[in-house]
Amino acid sequence: MTSLPDLTAAFEDAGLIDVAYTIEPSPVGDLLVAVTPRGLLTLSYNNDLSPIAASISPRILYVPARTDSVRRQLEEYFARKRQSFDLDLDFRLARQGFGRRVLAATARIPYGQVSTYKGVATEAGSPRAFRAAGTALGANPLPVVVPCHRVLHADGGLGGYTGGVERKQTLLALEGVTG
Amino acid sequence: MPGKRVPEGVELPPFQTLLDTHARDVHRFLVASVGHVDADDCYQETWVSALRAYPRLRSAQNLRSWLFTIANHKALDHHRARARRPMPVAEIPEQPDVPGGDSDFEFAVAELPPKQRTAVALRYILDAGYPEIATMMNISEAAARRNVHEGLKRLRHDLTP
Repeated sequence: MTSLPDLTAAFEDAGLIDVAYTIEPSPVGDLLVAVTPRGLLTLSYNNDLSPIAASISPRILYVPARTDSVRRQLEEYFARKRQSFDLDLDFRLARQGFGRRVLAATARIPYGQVSTYKGVATEAGSPRAFRAAGTALGANPLPVVVPCHRVLHADGGLGGYTGGVERKQTLLALEGVTG
Repeated sequence: MPGKRVPEGVELPPFQTLLDTHARDVHRFLVASVGHVDADDCYQETWVSALRAYPRLRSAQNLRSWLFTIANHKALDHHRARARRPMPVAEIPEQPDVPGGDSDFEFAVAELPPKQRTAVALRYILDAGYPEIATMMNISEAAARRNVHEGLKRLRHDLTP
């Protein structure tokens, strides 16, 4: 089998790569890493590109080199050599309004510490909307980087997680949070 | 929802899926259409044009036909451009033919007149049916059959030692 000519450079030169992605192995399973010229668009546990095609652009291409800085920082985080991420974020897959403010509040929870659904709802301006805060975190397109795993129930219960509770436990344990 | 750039109701697959599914066949088609030396350029032009136009597609049906229509246009452009240039005395192949490969057949196909060349390449290299060939070449099904038939007759003549 002859190898086909590589098209990535031609696509880059034409400025036509709206979304570049790769699949990155991690201690919490394979992560879909997708970036746009604006920044990191999503980290996803389910490897499904169709929501991106539908709401951002179908010009989606497998270009691991475009995701290098994200992959490096993720590797460092999972090796306990990094506590916060220094990345541009593209929030176009996130909800607007209250949901977006919940993510912003969540992004401020320091490494190795936890908050509650009520806590982030309060920070987002609606103390009683803790259920809506949970829903907003369940739709977080940027888990790990926007650390929704650090948000727990007020009674100490683990709460839910986009990628399943086991992943939440793994991430908390990695950060040294003991439940 | 953010960025409504995609027409309502059209769910286009990620472009990478098209590449993974059709890249090899597009290349084979172009090798048959324009020869090994120029196939890579046409291949690149085909995929850049496809990627550029992709978000504006009104339907996710027949993406394969759409791609081969673009590839065929690039091949015809290439032949037109070459016809305007003085012909080289001989084209020197960059690499020797792979023994036992399809190269003889593909080289012979590349020498056919444009419509026969396209029809034969689609039929025998990509296994396309006549309705599909007709769609891709924007001709009638009868014309597609006739072009394949005429092309094969000439090939049989050219390839007979």
